[in-house]
Amino acid sequence: MSIDTSKVADSNATTAATPKKPGKAGVVANWADERLGLGTVMKKNLRKVFPDHWSFMLGEIALWSFVVLLLSGVFLTLWYTPSMGEVEYQGSYNPLRGVEMSEAMASTLKLSFDVRGGLLMRQMHHWAAMIFIASMMIHLLRVYFTGAFRKPRELNWVIGSLLLLLGTLEGFTGYSLPDDLLSGTGIRAADGFMKSMPVVGTYMSFFLFGGEFPGEAIIPRLFTAHVLLLPGLLLALIAAHMLLLVYHKHTQWPGPGRTEENVVGFPMLPVYAAKAGGFFFIVFGVATLMGGLLTINPVWKFGPYDPTKVTAGSQPDWYMGWPDGALRIMPGWESHFLGVTLSWNVFLPIIVLPGLMFTILLMLPFIEAWITGDKRDHHLLQRPRNAPTRTATMVALMTFYGLMWAAGGNDIIAIKLHLSINQITYFMRGAVFIGPVIAFFITRRWCISLQRHDEQKLLHGYETGIIMRSAVGGYSERHLPISDEAAYKLTARDRDETWSPEGETDSNGIPAKGGRLDGLRAKLSTLMYADNVQKPTAEELEDAHHHADHEHEVQAPLEGHAADGHQFDGHHAVDGEALRGDH
Amino acid sequence: MSDVNHGHLPATIEEPIANPGLPPHSWRPTDVDERLAKRAERQVAALFGLSAVCVVLFLVSYFTLKVGDNHTTFAGFGASNIALGSTLGGALLFIGIGIIQWARKLMGDHEIVEMRHPARSSDEDRQGTLDALALGLEESGIGRRPLVRNSLLGSVALLGLPAIVMLRDLGPLPGDKLYSTVWKPRMRVVRDVVGTPINIADLEIGDLVNAEPEIVFAVDEDGEHVLHGAELQTAKSKAAVIVLRMDPKDLTPGKGRENWAVDGIVCYSKICTHVGCPISLNERKTHHLLCPCHQSTFDLADSGKVVFGPAARALPQLPLMVDEEGFLMAQDDFNEPVGPSFWERG
Repeated sequence: MSIDTSKVADSNATTAATPKKPGKAGVVANWADERLGLGTVMKKNLRKVFPDHWSFMLGEIALWSFVVLLLSGVFLTLWYTPSMGEVEYQGSYNPLRGVEMSEAMASTLKLSFDVRGGLLMRQMHHWAAMIFIASMMIHLLRVYFTGAFRKPRELNWVIGSLLLLLGTLEGFTGYSLPDDLLSGTGIRAADGFMKSMPVVGTYMSFFLFGGEFPGEAIIPRLFTAHVLLLPGLLLALIAAHMLLLVYHKHTQWPGPGRTEENVVGFPMLPVYAAKAGGFFFIVFGVATLMGGLLTINPVWKFGPYDPTKVTAGSQPDWYMGWPDGALRIMPGWESHFLGVTLSWNVFLPIIVLPGLMFTILLMLPFIEAWITGDKRDHHLLQRPRNAPTRTATMVALMTFYGLMWAAGGNDIIAIKLHLSINQITYFMRGAVFIGPVIAFFITRRWCISLQRHDEQKLLHGYETGIIMRSAVGGYSERHLPISDEAAYKLTARDRDETWSPEGETDSNGIPAKGGRLDGLRAKLSTLMYADNVQKPTAEELEDAHHHADHEHEVQAPLEGHAADGHQFDGHHAVDGEALRGDH
Repeated sequence: MSDVNHGHLPATIEEPIANPGLPPHSWRPTDVDERLAKRAERQVAALFGLSAVCVVLFLVSYFTLKVGDNHTTFAGFGASNIALGSTLGGALLFIGIGIIQWARKLMGDHEIVEMRHPARSSDEDRQGTLDALALGLEESGIGRRPLVRNSLLGSVALLGLPAIVMLRDLGPLPGDKLYSTVWKPRMRVVRDVVGTPINIADLEIGDLVNAEPEIVFAVDEDGEHVLHGAELQTAKSKAAVIVLRMDPKDLTPGKGRENWAVDGIVCYSKICTHVGCPISLNERKTHHLLCPCHQSTFDLADSGKVVFGPAARALPQLPLMVDEEGFLMAQDDFNEPVGPSFWERG
């Protein structure tokens, strides 16, 4: 007798346990994992948490615009000829037909007029470059104002600053490639900048240009830097920037359930991947629309470079504007000694100043850490108002930048506003020094007032806009307590601790030897936190709430009663009544 | 204070109000209403569909709209450029908006929590690394054999020399190239662009002429230009001049320059002494010349001295004379280097 076993369950689950034949995707995954071990890596990262806030998107704009730059840039190289060899233009653009120009310029015109989509790609590339640099700058400001640069992320700040520097150089080299009149004027000025350098200047100019300006070498050399050297460095640094971001995990805003020890947000798969991926298409799409609809750098209107020609209102791309402004407002100082010339008027504003500003930028996290003596890890962001001195420092730097930038457009300002260019220049010479100082103090006090406002909200509640009149005729605005979540958010910050040399101990608990700069450091630390409003203690909060409860009790009987003050109209006896509440 | 210095996380942040913890998850309309979810689904699909339509339109524009002569067909723009840009931009944007709509409306929106770990390695790992490093260095003997170590360091350092020396041929040494231009005694001053000589009878008071040395336009017996390509550009970048006629009464000739002007006609280098832009903005009444790049201003009635702006040196002046027919000529080359200052200039 045989038993039919086909109907007997081989597991206690509702479906059969017989393994399904692996699908095609499974086969590929297995093949890859056996060779690459991707399973372990992806298990950790597929559901990696990314916190959500609009300001975290700024760096993403920079990343995606860089991708757009790579894609559109590769397209451009297929037609562009990096050569200064002279040709007679015979393309479609009538006004320049028959004009002698470099092959670089001629191929740029060919791209613009004879290649379908060429002009679109050129303009997309230029717009994406603008977006790339602008978004890096705004991302930098976000990181600084929220304190996201603090330990352990200082090195990522350094990498980010280098990216901004390289991005600017990449922009300058790319801008110069068409060899049109405007960009040639820029290179002409760059030659002057180099020649201002003591000792090596003339040699650097001759080596870079392959002889006397303009020579035949500069365009091919800038091309190599623009398409190989600088993008390679940018790619490597962007990779390092992203790896550190993943390793440190993203910072987050404090809030209910969000602490220094955790990170709360959406998992990489699916939500973050979808949002970031979708955002790539949006950045790409916006750059494309701009390339299609907004003319940028119409080199055909400027014509080919000619060292004897220039246009009025010559200006570099906007991100090079601030050192150009410094160059414009610098007095004409030049020293002659021992048979040599030192051109302070060029060397200081265009070589020393940008180097100095960049060094300050790089050092900002380290300067702050040194002053505060803070060696803790920080993963929660700070509101700009809760670090008044830091916020004021960046606003002062921004003011300096903005004034220099405005000085770089002094001719445009003079024409548009009918002002004297000389007076604008004299004003700017003072303003670049005084403006940042004023901005510093205003910002700092502004932050502190905002802190006071937060404290008021915590202790006395928010302003309801309801005016209460007491039985004796006094008026007061009714305050109501804010929600627990809001109150927690306001208090989720550190107390500022002024650094003092006494607190320093080495690893064995023995007081460390005082450094020479200890006095300065302690003084700076005191100044840094002076007048800051610290969050209330539990007792202070308790007291304030008691007071508020009492107030409410007193006012409770008035609830719903319209104010009545007619007894003070002069026709009634008012003995024993006071016009104002006497408490 | 001591805990501050050991990299611990702050303890103070949780007071005076205790962390209330993550708020409960609230459901979106699309989570609870199947009808709304279906609608969102249709919206997302419609956005992707629009993207596809844009791609079709892109292809149509690519193959139908011409480039070339008609670069200003449409509101001053090329029709092809506008059509390609808007359709491709639309195709990309609609995909992006669709994906984000999908993520916002339909994907799970539960926030999840992950714990952080300190960036630093554990003490155990650090010790392990130090041990491995010490062992490796010990086995290499780099500490015990300074001769090997030092000779290696020395030879590697020397490799820097070829790397630097190889760059030597990037360009020639400056030599005295910056000290002279193509101007020669009795070389005619000719108009820029057209290359015709300038007769002093044709110049009115207040006229400004952009000019070049004659050699820039000169042709040899085969009709070929004497200067071309980079050589021509270099010559022009140093020798370009401006010629201005003013009332001789206004002119204050510099010392030793009494005979450099002809009937109130003066000639200066057009290359700014600041960073080298060509200068051409003339203020007729004041005889001031303004550089459009950085606004250095030079007084042409007074030896080209700087009256405003960042330039430090006066514009070099070209000594003028006239030939028998009344055409302007140079007496000689400039007596100083033109253009931006440089270290060796003195």
